[in-house]
Amino acid sequence: MKAIYVMWLRQLIRFWRTKSRIIASLAQPILFLVALGFGLGPIYAKSGGGSYIQFLAPGIIGMSILFTAMFAGMEVIWDRQFGFLKETLVSPSSRFSIFLGRTLGGATVALIQGIVLFIITLIIGFRPTSIALLPLALVFMFLLAFIFTALGTALAIKVEDMQAFPLIMNFIIMPVFFLSGALYPLATASGVIKTIALFDPLSYQIDAIRSILTGAAHFGLMVDFTVSLVCAAIVTMLGIYFFNRVEV
Amino acid sequence: MSNQIIIVNNVVKKFKKFTAVDKVSFTVDKGEMFAFLGPNGAGKTTTIRMLTTLLHPTSGRLVINGFNPLKEQQEVRSSFGIVFQDFSLDNELTALENLRFHAALYSVPKKLAEERIEYLLKLVDLWDRRNDFIKTYSGGMKRRLEIARGLVHHPKILFLDEPTLGLDPQTRNNMWDYIKKLNKDEGMTVFFTTHYMHEAEKYADRIAIIDHGKLLTIGTADQLRKKTKTESLEDAFLKLTGHGIRDESGKSIDALRTAAKSWGNR
Repeated sequence: MKAIYVMWLRQLIRFWRTKSRIIASLAQPILFLVALGFGLGPIYAKSGGGSYIQFLAPGIIGMSILFTAMFAGMEVIWDRQFGFLKETLVSPSSRFSIFLGRTLGGATVALIQGIVLFIITLIIGFRPTSIALLPLALVFMFLLAFIFTALGTALAIKVEDMQAFPLIMNFIIMPVFFLSGALYPLATASGVIKTIALFDPLSYQIDAIRSILTGAAHFGLMVDFTVSLVCAAIVTMLGIYFFNRVEV
Repeated sequence: MSNQIIIVNNVVKKFKKFTAVDKVSFTVDKGEMFAFLGPNGAGKTTTIRMLTTLLHPTSGRLVINGFNPLKEQQEVRSSFGIVFQDFSLDNELTALENLRFHAALYSVPKKLAEERIEYLLKLVDLWDRRNDFIKTYSGGMKRRLEIARGLVHHPKILFLDEPTLGLDPQTRNNMWDYIKKLNKDEGMTVFFTTHYMHEAEKYADRIAIIDHGKLLTIGTADQLRKKTKTESLEDAFLKLTGHGIRDESGKSIDALRTAAKSWGNR
C-alpha cells in the first residue's frame, strides 16, 4: 500500500515541479473552446440548439483530461529510458501497486488539469445549472482520468519505442475524442457516428459530466457510471497483466 | 548446500535466435565477494538481470537466497540490492527523496529508514547535497548515491554492474573499502562485474570469466593465473578471451540522452 502512495506522490511532485507544462497543456483545449465556441456558436444557436459554449464546455473539459491522461504514459517511457523504471520493477513491491500508484498519480494530475479548465470555461461564459452537483461531476472526471491514464500507462510499458509512442497515442486519442460526442450532440448525429460512439468509452464520461452540469443527458447517468466502471476495470487488468510480464 | 546463496544451474537465455547466456552454471557462497568478468557483450548484464528477476531465463534453474526468481519474486527481490550499469535515479527528485522512495518501496519502517539514510548519505559524502536535485549531480555523485540506495534496505546480496565505471580513483577506492567492510562486518554477499582487473584481483574472493555467453573458468585470482600460466589476472583474462575487440550492440539510450538534452527535457 505504501508503494501505491509513493508512486502517486512522485507523480504529483513531478507535476508540481514542472508547472510550466500546465500552462502549455491548457493552450490546446482553450483554443478549441474559443474557436469552436465562438466560431460555430452562432450557427448552433440558429439551428435551435441554444448556447454552444454551454454544450461544448463539458466536452472540452473531457478533452483536456483525456490528453493529459493518455500522455501520462510518456512518463513510463522516460522512466524506462532513464532507468528509474528498473528501480521500481526490481523492488519487492508488487507490480500491481506500482501500476496502480502510477495510474492514480497520473489520473490525479489529469483531474487537476480538468478542474483548472473547468474554471477557465466559467470565465469564458459557461454557466453550469447546478453547482451543488459538482462533486458528482468530479467523480466522472476522475473516472475519465483513471481509465485513460491506465490505458496510456499500460500501452507505454508494452511499447518500448519512444518515437512510436506519441504516434500511437494520437492514433487512439483523436478518434476517441472526435467520435465521442464531445463536440456535437449524439442525438442528432448520423447513425454511423451514433453507433461508433456507443463503443467509445469517452462518450459515457462526457455524457455524464454534461448531464450533471447542464442537464442534457444522452445515455443517462446509470449507464454512464456502469460503463465507466467496467472500462476502468478492464484497463486496470490490462495494465497489471502487462506490468507483471514486462522484462527490462 | 545451505551455504550457497546464489545457485545458477545450466541457465540459458535466448533473445530470438541470439544466445546471450549459454548453459552457465556456478554458485556463490554466503558472504563471498564474487567477480563476474568478461568482455563487452559476454552476457554479464543478462545474467545479472536474470538473477534479479528482470529477465526470465529460457531454461535452467536459479536460486537466490533460497528462493526461485520465477515463482518467489517478492522474496528474491527483498533479498538483494542492485546498482545497475546505467543510472536509475529519478532526476526530478532530490537525493533524499530518491532514498526515501526506495525505502518505501522496500517497506523499511520510516524511522529506521531515516537513520539509515542519514548514515549512508554521510558515508558516501552526499549529506550536504541531500536536498539537491539529481539532475545537478555529476556521474560520480550519482553512482555514490545509487550505492547508498542499494544498501538502504540492508540486502543479503549486493549486485554491482560495473559500479566504478567513470569514477575517479579516490571515489573508487572509497567505495570498494566500504563495500569490503560491509561484506566483512555484515556478511553481505557481493556479486560484481568490472572491467578493471585489479579491482577483481584485490577485492574478489573468487572470479568467474564469461565470454560469448559461456562460462570459461572460475576460481581465485591465483588459481586463474596458475591455470593459464600467466603473470597477472589481466593476462589470464586476455589469454582466455582473446585480443579481438568486441562491439556492444549500440545503445539507444545514449542517442536518447542527447536528444533529451536538446529538447531541454530533464
